Amino acid sequence: MNRQDRISALEEEAKNRILILDGAMGTMLQKYDFSEEQFRGDRFSDWDSPVKGNNDLLNLTQPDAVTEVHEQFIAAGADFIETNTFSATVIAQADYNMEDLAPEIAEEGVKCARKAADKADRPVAVLGAIGPTNKTLSLSPDVNNPGYREVTFDDVREAYLQQARAMAPHIDFFLIETIFDTLNAKAAIKALLDLKAETGEDIPIIISGTITDASGRTLSGQTAEAFWHSVRHAEPWAVGLNCALGAKLMRPHINAISKTANTRVISYPNAGLPNEFGEYDETPEQTAEQLEEWAKSGLVNVLGGCCGTTPPHIEAIKQATVGKTPREIPQPETAMRLSGLEPFLLAS
Amino acid sequence: MTENNASNVFINIGERTNVTGSAKFRNLIKAGDYDTAVDVARQQVENGAQIIDVNMDEGMLDGVDAMTTFLNLIAAEPDIARVPIMIDSSKWEVIEAGLKCVQGKAIVNSISLKEGEEQFLEQAEKVMAYGAATVVMAFDEVGQADTADRKYEICERAYKLLTEKIGFPPEDIIFDANIFAVATGIEEHNNYAVDFIEACERIRKNLPHCHMSGGLSNVSFSFRGNEIVRRAMHSVFLYHAIPAGLDMAIVNAGQLDIYDNIDPELREAVEDVILNRRDDATERLLDLAEQYRGQKGEVKKKDMSWREQPVEKRLEHALVHGITEFVVEDTEECRQRAERPLHVIEGPLMDGMNVVGDLFGAGKMFLPQVVKSARVMKAAVAHLTPFIEEEQKELGLDKVSNGKVVLATVKGDVHDIGKNIVSVVLSCNGYDIIDLGVMVPAEKILETAIEENADMIGLSGLITPSLDEMVFVAAEMERQNIHLPLLIGGATTSPAHTAVKIDPVFPSSPVIHVTDASRAVGVVSAMMNDEERETMWGTTKARYDRIRESRSGGPPTPRLPIGEAREKGFKTEEASAAAPSFTGVQTFEGIDLSELRDYIDWTPYFASWDLAGKFPNILEDEKVGEAASDLWRDTQTMLQRLLGEQWFSPKAVIGFWEAKRDGDDIKLSTGDTFYTLRQQMVKNNEKPNFALADFLSPHGDHIGAFCVTSGSEADEISKKFKEDGDDYSAIMVQALADRFAEAMAEYMHEKVRKELWGYAADEGLDNDELIKEKYQGIRPAPGYPAQPDHTEKELLFKLLEAEERIGVSLTTSFAMSPAPSVSGLYFAHPDSAYFAVGRIERDQVEDYARRKGWETRVAERWLAPILNYDPYAQAGDEAA
Repeated sequence: MNRQDRISALEEEAKNRILILDGAMGTMLQKYDFSEEQFRGDRFSDWDSPVKGNNDLLNLTQPDAVTEVHEQFIAAGADFIETNTFSATVIAQADYNMEDLAPEIAEEGVKCARKAADKADRPVAVLGAIGPTNKTLSLSPDVNNPGYREVTFDDVREAYLQQARAMAPHIDFFLIETIFDTLNAKAAIKALLDLKAETGEDIPIIISGTITDASGRTLSGQTAEAFWHSVRHAEPWAVGLNCALGAKLMRPHINAISKTANTRVISYPNAGLPNEFGEYDETPEQTAEQLEEWAKSGLVNVLGGCCGTTPPHIEAIKQATVGKTPREIPQPETAMRLSGLEPFLLAS
Repeated sequence: MTENNASNVFINIGERTNVTGSAKFRNLIKAGDYDTAVDVARQQVENGAQIIDVNMDEGMLDGVDAMTTFLNLIAAEPDIARVPIMIDSSKWEVIEAGLKCVQGKAIVNSISLKEGEEQFLEQAEKVMAYGAATVVMAFDEVGQADTADRKYEICERAYKLLTEKIGFPPEDIIFDANIFAVATGIEEHNNYAVDFIEACERIRKNLPHCHMSGGLSNVSFSFRGNEIVRRAMHSVFLYHAIPAGLDMAIVNAGQLDIYDNIDPELREAVEDVILNRRDDATERLLDLAEQYRGQKGEVKKKDMSWREQPVEKRLEHALVHGITEFVVEDTEECRQRAERPLHVIEGPLMDGMNVVGDLFGAGKMFLPQVVKSARVMKAAVAHLTPFIEEEQKELGLDKVSNGKVVLATVKGDVHDIGKNIVSVVLSCNGYDIIDLGVMVPAEKILETAIEENADMIGLSGLITPSLDEMVFVAAEMERQNIHLPLLIGGATTSPAHTAVKIDPVFPSSPVIHVTDASRAVGVVSAMMNDEERETMWGTTKARYDRIRESRSGGPPTPRLPIGEAREKGFKTEEASAAAPSFTGVQTFEGIDLSELRDYIDWTPYFASWDLAGKFPNILEDEKVGEAASDLWRDTQTMLQRLLGEQWFSPKAVIGFWEAKRDGDDIKLSTGDTFYTLRQQMVKNNEKPNFALADFLSPHGDHIGAFCVTSGSEADEISKKFKEDGDDYSAIMVQALADRFAEAMAEYMHEKVRKELWGYAADEGLDNDELIKEKYQGIRPAPGYPAQPDHTEKELLFKLLEAEERIGVSLTTSFAMSPAPSVSGLYFAHPDSAYFAVGRIERDQVEDYARRKGWETRVAERWLAPILNYDPYAQAGDEAA
């Protein structure tokens, strides 16, 4: 099966059922409890700075563990698996002085996922995960100088372009995820469109924003609908929300996107909110029960989990969606849809 | 969706953050004073700009750097960044730099065919990749388009290239067909405005989904320095260009005159110029313009000399004129001087509010202005609150308040505009208001009053069943020994009802009817003062006694026995009209708000702000004209946002059924019955004693029914404004939602007459005639004079499936929820007319109860306001 076959097969499936995305890579890898030495492996044993916590580095030093996590999620029923490349950009790797390794980390990460996906006896698609980086384009880190920016749009775009180029050969979709600053996402979209112009290869894009707290806004201040207006030009295969919130708090925002987005809707909330130790307590049954109601209400086309969700969570979510009709994609009226922090609509 | 150029939506794009258009902004940017430049952007949004245009094209500036710096700065200001940005430059690299700074979806202004197709498409593709919409100038390799034909040709060519060659979304194309100066003295320029308007029409009609924009101030360029003439030209131009399809323009949002308000002589002369109606139009306008030279436009006329006064006077000025701009700095100045922060409130702020109160009491200020004053007061108090709290913490003091009032709209009622106004007026007079909202049960009101240790309770309601609920609350207060003053207000309340029904059940405390919001402060402050309370209670009691006496004394007005009244009925034998186009029920949605706007009757809108007078004359009214005009201007600004962003989603459900008259009943083919009430007054003329049933033939006929609503959005939006401390806008949204519901009722009734029932297919009435009800047929609502029984709504709603279809439900008191909704029956008979049932006798009440299967007592309760006898007195007699 090649990429096009997998996409076609999943698009066919998507007409009849809710597709399943995998759960959290990060919290699963934490369970291996790798030491600083294990993170380093032989290759980086004398690296200048500590690297423990650089989960993406495990693509190079513990690839079997990464592949194993992917396999567990596939066994739990995932149709889509996300590559372990959330921070595989020059910008994010700068924390570990590993800027130069970013493309290699990205490429090895997608290979782990590809290996696991190709072993499955059904079509499983690999989503090349593109994280937000740890720098924001819309916000100043200096409260006394609100006009200051740590990075430029072009820095971010180039970092993403490099990551995307490294991942493209082995993936089925790009996934721009955990977007807390829409301008970073727009830089990623621009990079992907530039790559498409460069190679002529059309790899579908999935976009997932993050509503950070009960304010109902992204970190950079947009409402869910304004966010959708900002990224619509990517003509994404699916759009939605992930991370930061559990299903309960995310519901109204997914509903807002669900009502207006003329494409598939994807959602992968956390397993509730973290407890005081930063752990996620929601059981698979609890998560699945809430998402079952979403499925019944026709809110989504793709469901999965973010922080704290394990293979049993994914299995429970899959069970909960059996027999439920996926969301019907609405055709909203033709209108100019602009946004600032809030949506703006001018009907034609 | 509406047809391309049928919609009258118009979007204001703020122009002041443009270095080519604003000398002030240019100087700020050149001097590097970005902080003040950011304030200019903020004022634009506050003044109603829905998009802001940012332009840094100035020879001495590094455009890329200035654009980037400014956009990054306003990104950090949520009250500016909430609206989309228009990135305006003639240099592509400046535009691209701007696109790299905005997280929202912006508009590029502009690209064009000036340098040929290749560059045009290359830039357009980048616009798409950055996720923006774009303005396309009517400019090609030959030059800028001037005639209507050239404008259209270039736009059509650009449209085809964009949509067919690179798949640019047509809804993201905004054509700027060049607004050029007219009245320049050069003959070839005379037709420029007409050319633009014509081009608009053709472009919107033939190039689907696109939009039209332009730089408005160009048109009046030859009258630079003459603000009044320029503003008149802008308004007249828009008045003609908007219906032709212009749906956005770069304007100074705070400075648009209302077409109807322009001096008629000037308007006529300007219209001649804009529409190129006569050869000497330019000369005539030039002559006339001399009269206005040197005068500044209304808003610019803004006299800033008040800023020179001492700070206390400045605060007073800000409060009286509703100016929030400097209130925080002035308050802070006072605070630094005051011994305690509280003294600022008790001193200068309350002094200012007292001036407002005096002017309001003397009828020299009006409600909308007072609500604006409250907004200023809130901003000042909000600034002081943290200091006061800190001080209280230090000193261990309790909060100081003039008094605490619990306000509620009673159970079963959802109307709260009046109550909200009272709440604002009282809170800006230093009272603590606990506003419990709408549909509040008696227990909740009383519990809150006790828990919060309130000083009094205020009840509000609009529909007649609320009167009973108020009696119940009063009786409960008596029973539970809650001895607090009770204030009664709302449209259906009256001194008579209060005297006869409420006061007697709650003798232990003052019950005061408050006629309107302007009286509330006087009453509340009297109630807070022991001496004054006794005085006011005494005089009120005496007044109530007189009312009760006059009502019980003397025989009730004579009524005809119901049998005789029926004899004198109207009773048609002819069917009202041909059968409607369908029977059963249909839902109507997606109606364009801008179409409904034309159906609005504005007179009641002003009335809801306690401004009495007929629209539009009210704007010129000697007494309230200024307040009304200010309100009107603010309303227009909100209306433009409301229409542009389609705040409400009006819906309607319409039903028709076969029906016939049976006595005073209306029997439907569904097996259901509408019951009607008949006039029993003795008439000195030949006029019949009407009942609604009279307008149907007994041999077979039709009846219709409707329910329309502005939807539930208004409530949410209003709540948001309220949370932001902007009660003025909160009340405005509610009042507008009410108007849109009424407009929707008018609109649907016309549709019914012309199409759905179709008995008046070629009726051609304008809005004035509609307001005067010059059409055939009526749409009476249960609960109104022709059928005062609210319970008849129950069947109406059941038949219409109003809750399932459009989400309008009935409360226990048969009020409609959401509140901005209207319902009623349709009668088509040529002689059908509105009437008031008036007072009715026991014989009809008993007969009505029997027909409806009610106990007489139940009928007496629902018909209480129209009984021509006292049911309780009678019961007493019988018992004796």
